[in-house]
Amino acid sequence: MRLLCLIALWAGFARPARAEAARELVVFAAASLREAFAELGRSFEQSHPGTKVAFHLAGSQELRTQIENGAPGDVFASADQKQMQALLDDRLAATPRVFARNEPVLVVPAGNPAGIHGLEDLPEAQRIVVGAPEVPIGAYTLRILDAASRTYGAGFRARVEARVASRELNVRQVLAKVRLGEADAAIVYRTDAAAAGSQVQVIPLPEGVNVVAEYPVAVLTRAKQPALAREFVDLLLSAPGQEKLARFGFLTVGRK
Amino acid sequence: MKQGGPTAWGAAQALASVLLGAFLLLPVLALFSTLGWSDFLGGLRNPLLGPALRLSLLTTATSLALVVGLGSLFAWRVARNPGRLSRWLEAVAQIPAVIPPAVAGVGLLLAFGRRGLLGAFLERHGIALVFTTPAVVLAEAFVSAPFFIQAAIAAFRRVDENLLVVARTLGASPFRAFVRVGLPAAAPGLVAGAAMSWARAVGEFGATLLFAGNLTGRTQTMPLAVYTAMESDLRAAQSLSLVLVAIAFALLFVLRRVASGAALPGTEPRRA
Repeated sequence: MRLLCLIALWAGFARPARAEAARELVVFAAASLREAFAELGRSFEQSHPGTKVAFHLAGSQELRTQIENGAPGDVFASADQKQMQALLDDRLAATPRVFARNEPVLVVPAGNPAGIHGLEDLPEAQRIVVGAPEVPIGAYTLRILDAASRTYGAGFRARVEARVASRELNVRQVLAKVRLGEADAAIVYRTDAAAAGSQVQVIPLPEGVNVVAEYPVAVLTRAKQPALAREFVDLLLSAPGQEKLARFGFLTVGRK
Repeated sequence: MKQGGPTAWGAAQALASVLLGAFLLLPVLALFSTLGWSDFLGGLRNPLLGPALRLSLLTTATSLALVVGLGSLFAWRVARNPGRLSRWLEAVAQIPAVIPPAVAGVGLLLAFGRRGLLGAFLERHGIALVFTTPAVVLAEAFVSAPFFIQAAIAAFRRVDENLLVVARTLGASPFRAFVRVGLPAAAPGLVAGAAMSWARAVGEFGATLLFAGNLTGRTQTMPLAVYTAMESDLRAAQSLSLVLVAIAFALLFVLRRVASGAALPGTEPRRA
């Protein structure tokens, strides 16, 4: 009898949750999109009453692996083309569109304890934290260091790598280590640096060395809410959507 | 009392055992069954494996030595001196077991980080812990200590008080009574606790990632290597996992054999 009560109770809890899930848009988004997407999600919910936008934020490659293994989602917004291409190759995503660009910058903790004023000073830092080469920010970091080696001398990348204390698995973990003052310097996206406010100082990377990260977004093939998903993608590319992204430090995509 | 039998109670037990047993076994079987031998051998050749395995063995051996060494004295104190302080100590030793490892990692950062409670002091004396191998050991010791301490307290509580009294009347010092009577009598429980504690340390992930970072050869233990491999290739992660599971099974098997062997001298304490 008591068992039956428990089952009834459980079913009572479970049912409304399922009814709500019917109008839930699940967005898999790169960790660096956290703040901007939270706001875009709110305005999407306002313009679509009864719809709830759930964000699943992690490193792009982690999201890709989850999607490949059947994680249910409607939209995938990646911080690099590579992960999106992998899903395209497996026909797990529809044609992607670039909705934002992001620029890596150098960040140091407030007060700049190691006295770093430009990329060329980076080997002076005691402890540098970078992204693992498997994740987008880590791949960009390596490209930046290779380009810098052509400017500052062949050994530059090796001198920087000798100071690397950790290769973190997503850009927010890289940033967290600078915010805590554990790392003397790191390379993160400009948008992440903006999210950290006054806890970090931003040092732009020299022109010609820097790379620009492109963010593609696509509706997933197995989307449960394909229509809502397309509307969310449209919002990202609309003038108000681009304006919001710009406010969080993203470079917007001009009509080319 | 008859156990099992063709009753509803017996059927419930059988059903629960089969369901839970299958649930616990299935993920492990999945790791093995979806990979062939060639994948396993591929895992052995993965460049992440060697440094990560060496580091995992080194750090868990160190953390286990710390936990068993200090934990034995701690547990003896708590088990043999009942009182308010002992109850407090016992509760404190349980804290790491009930907080999530990621929270433990944040706590360790805020305690031992450059700007941390103790870390700021250490920093002034030129000791930096974060991103170092000792940080890995601290993270592992923190999360695994409760498993040994709890088992050791239980084992020491079961040691017959009369044996210790006899040892003392025969002229043994308290330390000698502990070493010659207490430890052998509690040995099976201690070994079982050490095995659980070690298994927890080997699997430590969240606290290590946050507190020690992720650098090959320095702080990238096996679980971190699995996670890093997964960023690029699920199969590589899976084959690394297999190597880890195989080693863990082998060591746990040996430890269980040792534990059942240790039970013999434990039941019959040697003369002091």
